[in-house]
Amino acid sequence: MKNLIAFVLSVALGVLMVLSLTNNDWFAQFGYVDLADRVSQSYIDKDVTGNPGEIIFGITSNPENGAANIVTSIVVDYRSFDTLGEVTVLFISALGVALLLNSQDKNKRLALNFKPNFMLRVGSRALFAIILMTGVYVILHGHLTPGGGFPGGTMIASSILLLYLADDQFRTKVKGFKLLEGVAGSFYVIIGLLGLLLATYFLQNFLPTGTVGDLLSAGVIPIVYILIGLKVGSEIAGIIDNFLTEEEVSL
Amino acid sequence: MIQYAAIILIVFGLYGLLSNRNIIKMIISLNIIEIGLNIFIISVGFVYDGIAPILTSTNSSSALLYVDPLPQALVLTAIVIGVGTTALGLALAKKIYSKYGTFELDEMGDNE
Repeated sequence: MKNLIAFVLSVALGVLMVLSLTNNDWFAQFGYVDLADRVSQSYIDKDVTGNPGEIIFGITSNPENGAANIVTSIVVDYRSFDTLGEVTVLFISALGVALLLNSQDKNKRLALNFKPNFMLRVGSRALFAIILMTGVYVILHGHLTPGGGFPGGTMIASSILLLYLADDQFRTKVKGFKLLEGVAGSFYVIIGLLGLLLATYFLQNFLPTGTVGDLLSAGVIPIVYILIGLKVGSEIAGIIDNFLTEEEVSL
Repeated sequence: MIQYAAIILIVFGLYGLLSNRNIIKMIISLNIIEIGLNIFIISVGFVYDGIAPILTSTNSSSALLYVDPLPQALVLTAIVIGVGTTALGLALAKKIYSKYGTFELDEMGDNE
């Protein structure tokens, strides 16, 4: 009976959503969006503060925002304050996981139910290096290619998960991760305050933005994305460590 | 139509959330709702014949037709927050399991 009510409620909600989508003048039809009506067009043209004309990859220099990846330019420049809040949410959830699962230093890591042999240990170390380098690459090219601090940081954390799963002796230095996380988060705020001091508002880009498409371009965006990558990587690695350790049961 | 697929995912997730009494299944249902919402938000910015909003050496001009980058940026935020909330939910589930020895909400409370 309860399941029937749940089914009826969910389907009613779905039907309401579908009805609100069809023939709605205020909601653009799928695929026929006019970007000129939206604020996004200014992000694409990079003309929020002034009109630089057409942006050409590899030619235009010193626009208001130098990132070739427009999503990155929104995430780390135009809406950087949003991202600061998002990083804070991730920090608080990592803190909550640590508070719930961590109990002093009496915990030991979760035992594997097999004995990893020599090949597995050495092979996972080699793969660890490759995954780590891919993560660093994704972070460094966040303003040019798809990716950036969040996926790159997750890749770094996944390389640490690989070591946990392939080696029964492995433990990360959780204190080091906590330190890295705190330092990276603080530097993000410090960069924001520098924007307030050297330019006019919090988190403003105060460095020259360079030519669109160069590796060293886009002002503070690569710096902020490296900090975000370090922070996300260390936070998720800390969460993984918290889940893979268990309290030592003292009977 | 991708928007209807997203709505179907949201409905599935909501039904799972309402009908299940197992904590892990409830967390999975929340994740399904989240995925559906993310697909829906992304679909709001889709433009026919639009290209991914990244300037490259082949699509080098800002005057080309791009899809809307703003929903993608918002979904990037939502994904990360989803990871954080899922981790927190799973940590709570682990604590509950270590206290009651079960994930079923109905079996909790009696056997302290």
